[in-house]
Amino acid sequence: MLHIKCPYCGMRSQNEFSYGGDASVKRPELNKEISDEEWDNFVYRRKSLRGKHLELWQHLSGCRQWIKVERDTATHEIFNTYKADEEIS
Amino acid sequence: MQKYSIFNLVKNAFSNHENWDLAWKDPTPKEEYDVVIIGGGGHGLATAYYLAKEHNITKVAIIEKGWIGGGNVGRNTTIIRSNYMHDENALFSEFGMDLWRKMSQDLNYNVMFSPRGIINLAHSDAQMNAYARRGNSMRLNGIDAVLLNREQVKEIIPMADFSEDVRFPIFGGLMQPSAGTARHDAVAWGYARQADSMGVDIIQNCEVTGFDVTAGKINGIRTSRGNIKTKKVGLCVAGSTNILAEKLNMTLPIETHLLQACVSEPVKPILDRVVTFGAGHFYISQSDKGEMVMGGDLDGYNSYAQRGNLPTLQHVLTEGIAMMPFLSKLKMLRTWGGIMDMSMDGSPIIDKTHIDGLYLNCGWCYGGFKATPASGWTFAHTIAQDRVHELNAGFSLNRFSTGHLIDEKGLGTKTWIS
Repeated sequence: MLHIKCPYCGMRSQNEFSYGGDASVKRPELNKEISDEEWDNFVYRRKSLRGKHLELWQHLSGCRQWIKVERDTATHEIFNTYKADEEIS
Repeated sequence: MQKYSIFNLVKNAFSNHENWDLAWKDPTPKEEYDVVIIGGGGHGLATAYYLAKEHNITKVAIIEKGWIGGGNVGRNTTIIRSNYMHDENALFSEFGMDLWRKMSQDLNYNVMFSPRGIINLAHSDAQMNAYARRGNSMRLNGIDAVLLNREQVKEIIPMADFSEDVRFPIFGGLMQPSAGTARHDAVAWGYARQADSMGVDIIQNCEVTGFDVTAGKINGIRTSRGNIKTKKVGLCVAGSTNILAEKLNMTLPIETHLLQACVSEPVKPILDRVVTFGAGHFYISQSDKGEMVMGGDLDGYNSYAQRGNLPTLQHVLTEGIAMMPFLSKLKMLRTWGGIMDMSMDGSPIIDKTHIDGLYLNCGWCYGGFKATPASGWTFAHTIAQDRVHELNAGFSLNRFSTGHLIDEKGLGTKTWIS
C-alpha cells in the first residue's frame, strides 16, 4: 500500500487517490499551428521512466485536488509531493 | 536433437534419466549475427524459431538479460483466445489459434494446450447486445462464437452466483469454445529447444547496454558480454521496451505498468472453462494442479517493480467473489506481478522503425501470452522480409499519429476509462 502525503490533507492511503499519469507532459501552446507530431507527443508518447518519475494524482476521495508526486517507479518510494501548480526546481 | 517420445522416455528410464541431452546450449556470443533478438521471453524465442523455420535465417542470437522465460511468459494466467471484434486483432489472433493447435506436434514439446472454451459473462441487456455484436463480428472472421442465455450459462458454470438479488446478475454470456489455456513455461522451453537445435544462439545473463546506430542504420549492439555486430535487431522486451527505447532516443506510445495475478490453494476439479466477469475486470480458470488461477486490473500507476500492491488485489478478488462466492473459502497460495508494456489503445505494435534494421514488437498489454506464436511468426516475417505481413499491418507504430487506433475495449494505460 502506498501512502501519499497530500499537500492539503496530509498523509493518506493510496485508496483515496486516483492516478493521472506523467506530470512532465505539456499541452501544445494555444493559438498556434500544431503539427500531427506535436499532438502525437502530447497525447500518446511517454518516456515511462524507470526510477524517479514526476506524476499527477488526484485526491479523489479527499479534497479532490490534483497534486504532483515524485515517486520511484522501481521501488515505489515517494520522495516528495507538491501542489499541482507548484513550480519544481 | 533428441526427439521426445514414449520410446525415448522408456529408454532413458533404464539409465535413471541421467543421459538426456541438454534442451539448449549455453554458447558464448559470436562477433556477428544476421539477426539479434533482444529478449528471451515467449515472443523473442518464437521469433527466433520462425526466423529459422520459415525464413531459413539461422545465424540468430537471442540476448536475454536474465534467464529465458523468466518474465511475462512465466508470469501470466495462460489464457489463449481470439474473441476480438476488430479485424486486425481477430485475424491475427485466429491465425495464432491455428498455431496453438499444432504447437505440441510442431515443437515436439507438450505445451498442454487445453481448448476448454472461454465465457465472458454479461450482466445487463445492453451487454448482451454488445456481445451479440462482438460474436457476430467474430463469426464473420471465421472465429467460433456462441451467445449463451442465463440458463445455458448456468448449466456450464453452476458454481457462479445466479441469485436474483445480486448487484450484477448474470444475464448470459459470450463463449468462444475453441479458446483455452496452455502450460506457459513449456511454450518458452519448447520454442527455445527447437530454435537452439536449428542453430540459434540463446545467450542468457547478457544485458544490452547500448546500440550502434550510424546514419540511421543499425550496425550492432553493446552488451555486458561484449559488442555484437548485426544489421538487424528485433526488440521483444515487453515491460522493458521504454528503457531500451531511451537508449535509442525514441519515445513510444507505451507505458510500463504492473499487472498482478494469483492462484489459490489446489482444490478438486470444479471449473473446466475460462470465465471472465463482465461488470469489472476479473478472469479465472482452474489449473491442472487444481489451483484457481485469477487475474484482473493493472495496479494503475507506472511501475517497474514486478511486485504488486494489496489494494488492487483486494479489488480484483472482490469481483471474483461477487461472481463465484465459493472463492471466499479458499486460501491464497501465491501472488505475482509482472510489468506490462501498455500501449495507448490497448493493441500491440509489430513494426519497422525509423532506424533501418531496428524492428519493434511491444504493446501487448493484458494479452501477450496468447499472442506468442502469431507474434513470433509475423515478427519473423517483418524482420526477414523487411516489410510487415498483412496480419500485422494494422499494428503499426504510426497509427497513433494518423488516427488509425485499434480501440478494442479502450483498455490502454488508463484503467479508469474502462
